[in-house]
Amino acid sequence: MADDNWPLYEVFIRSRSGLSHRHAGSVHAADDQMALDHARDVYTRRNEGVSIWVVRSSEIVASDPAESAAFFDPADDKIYRHPTFYEIPDGVENL
Amino acid sequence: MYTQGLDQSGAKAEQASAAECSADLARFQSRVDAEEKIEPKDWMPEAYRKTLVRQISQHAHSEIIGMQPEGNWLTRAPTLKRKAILLAKVQDEAGHGLYLYSAGETLGTSREQMVDGLLSGKAKYSSIFNYPTLTWADVGAIGWLVDGAAIMNQIPICRCSYGPYARAMVRICKEESFHQRQGFEIMLELSRGTREQKDMAQDALDRWWWPSVMMFGPSDSESKHSAQSMAWKIKRFSNDELRQKFIDVTAPQAEYLGLRIPDDDLQYDATSGHYRFGKIDWQEFYDVLAGNGPCNRQRLRHRQKAHDDGAWVRAAARAYAEKHDRRSRPSQTRAAAGQGHG
Amino acid sequence: MDKDDALFRYVLRLGDNALVLGQRLSELVTQAPELEEELANANFALDYIGQARLFYSYAGELEGGGRSEDDFAFLRDGNKFRNLLLVEQPNGHFGDVTVRQFLFESFYALQLEALTRCSAPRVAEIAVRAVKEIHYHLRHVSQWLVRLGDGTAESHSRVQRSLDDQWRFTGELFAVDEVDEAFEREWNGPRLAELEFRWNDKMDVALQEATLVRPAAQWMDGGGRRGRHTEHFGYLIAEMQFLQRAYPGARW
Repeated sequence: MADDNWPLYEVFIRSRSGLSHRHAGSVHAADDQMALDHARDVYTRRNEGVSIWVVRSSEIVASDPAESAAFFDPADDKIYRHPTFYEIPDGVENL
Repeated sequence: MYTQGLDQSGAKAEQASAAECSADLARFQSRVDAEEKIEPKDWMPEAYRKTLVRQISQHAHSEIIGMQPEGNWLTRAPTLKRKAILLAKVQDEAGHGLYLYSAGETLGTSREQMVDGLLSGKAKYSSIFNYPTLTWADVGAIGWLVDGAAIMNQIPICRCSYGPYARAMVRICKEESFHQRQGFEIMLELSRGTREQKDMAQDALDRWWWPSVMMFGPSDSESKHSAQSMAWKIKRFSNDELRQKFIDVTAPQAEYLGLRIPDDDLQYDATSGHYRFGKIDWQEFYDVLAGNGPCNRQRLRHRQKAHDDGAWVRAAARAYAEKHDRRSRPSQTRAAAGQGHG
Repeated sequence: MDKDDALFRYVLRLGDNALVLGQRLSELVTQAPELEEELANANFALDYIGQARLFYSYAGELEGGGRSEDDFAFLRDGNKFRNLLLVEQPNGHFGDVTVRQFLFESFYALQLEALTRCSAPRVAEIAVRAVKEIHYHLRHVSQWLVRLGDGTAESHSRVQRSLDDQWRFTGELFAVDEVDEAFEREWNGPRLAELEFRWNDKMDVALQEATLVRPAAQWMDGGGRRGRHTEHFGYLIAEMQFLQRAYPGARW
């Protein structure tokens, strides 16, 4: 028997030009167009959006929090990637 | 406020905890103590997850059921402006329910399961919505008192440990403040109106005061479950603290309106800086919680009917989407994605 | 009738259509088939009430008798309302509502587009705002018409029945009377014959996509714009106007 429940979509809103889309929450919808309309009705009633992305939740690929140590920590000790690591002598400009 | 009935699940939760390794629990607790947010898919004790699912879904159900008593006066609102404002408020409540169901779904339950819980009677919702709205003044009283109490409860939850719930609450709190103001404005207009309007306002206050005070729930000393929720930063203040704050803030507002709060023992105590108040009849609260309130049956049946009446509609939408492989408007879908790049 | 009289009467009709639909859609709150649809419905009701307020306020100014938007909404008896019969029909099920909205909004969108070009500046101004809202409504209900028509066997037969039941109210949309003629002549108003032509095209396209059969030509009901309503109307205004009638003169 067909599942009549509407699938879940994640909603991302760009609130103003110049900003990125941010995750706002989720809505249920039967199809993509409906998902866009629902996202607009639920998340932009107070002029909070200029652009909306919706994605089926099942299609989001996410990093696993259990692996976050291996995934993210190696970036931690490569402090030479940050400009503040470097000392610029007085008198040198534009660096 | 949304944790009614949770003590019954206490025993099962303890069993689950025993199986969890104490190092994991300690690590989790230290994250919470450090005010770190717990996000979906992070490790969490089973009891934490269960409590949150229950609390968040009951909060969501409260918003949805709460649309009914207020929606009851939508078609009879006395001016076009009041009609529009009330419509916007009730619409917000649907939206709040939605944000909360959305937060609940991040914990591994589905909207369908949560709604089933409500319709089967297993899940609770705030008992205040089991009272009837008998006059236009009730709409004002609900905005002023019930939303007032809800705001007091909700602001601390904006800092709760579970990320999606906290973020949903921030959104809700931003929208909520107009709700209380519109209620107070209605009461103000009535209290400055005709004799009949003043009586209408007083009558509404007489009926809504004690249920509003009871909204915060019984004293925490009666609930062993409260302590755990505090430790996990799901609950930030005790029921009694919030209730006292509500009474302290609201009593002067009633005075301003020229209305009498139906409590002979209500009195400002200059030494403590708080209002003393009368004894609460908790029997009424437990009766309503157990399903024996004026509107319990009616509220659930109404919700059930909407759900049942909508089944053929939901099925049709799914059937159509399947027939057309969900990309029913392919060019629009690509265009929408194209707008978003960069 | 004179130029100003035509304007006043035309604006009142626009206000009445908007108010009655706003009221009907308000009745649907807490009854939507899914929570997301609750929010959409409330938006539509708010749009209509907003439009009613704008049209009524303007009507009050034109009349010059001091009547407010609320006076028009709450203190006129049924036979003074000038809305179409289609908009006062009771809600029924979701298919009935979808069809009613689709039939009316396909027309209203065309009417508003034409009104943005009329020579009554306030009407044109209101129309510019309203047409954006109604385009969004129309997109929403058109999609639903197709989903229901081309969904399941049950949804198809339900919505075909809704269409068959309500078709007899569509004639009134295009029945030209002296107010329409005067407004067209004096204020560069819409030509109903032209709107009808374009509406019929829209019907053919939409009904085909929805796999629905266009009802045959039939007797058309009418009279709303002369204040002759269906039996439903009395109940609608009794509920809506109750408080103002029970407490005359009170402020809310």
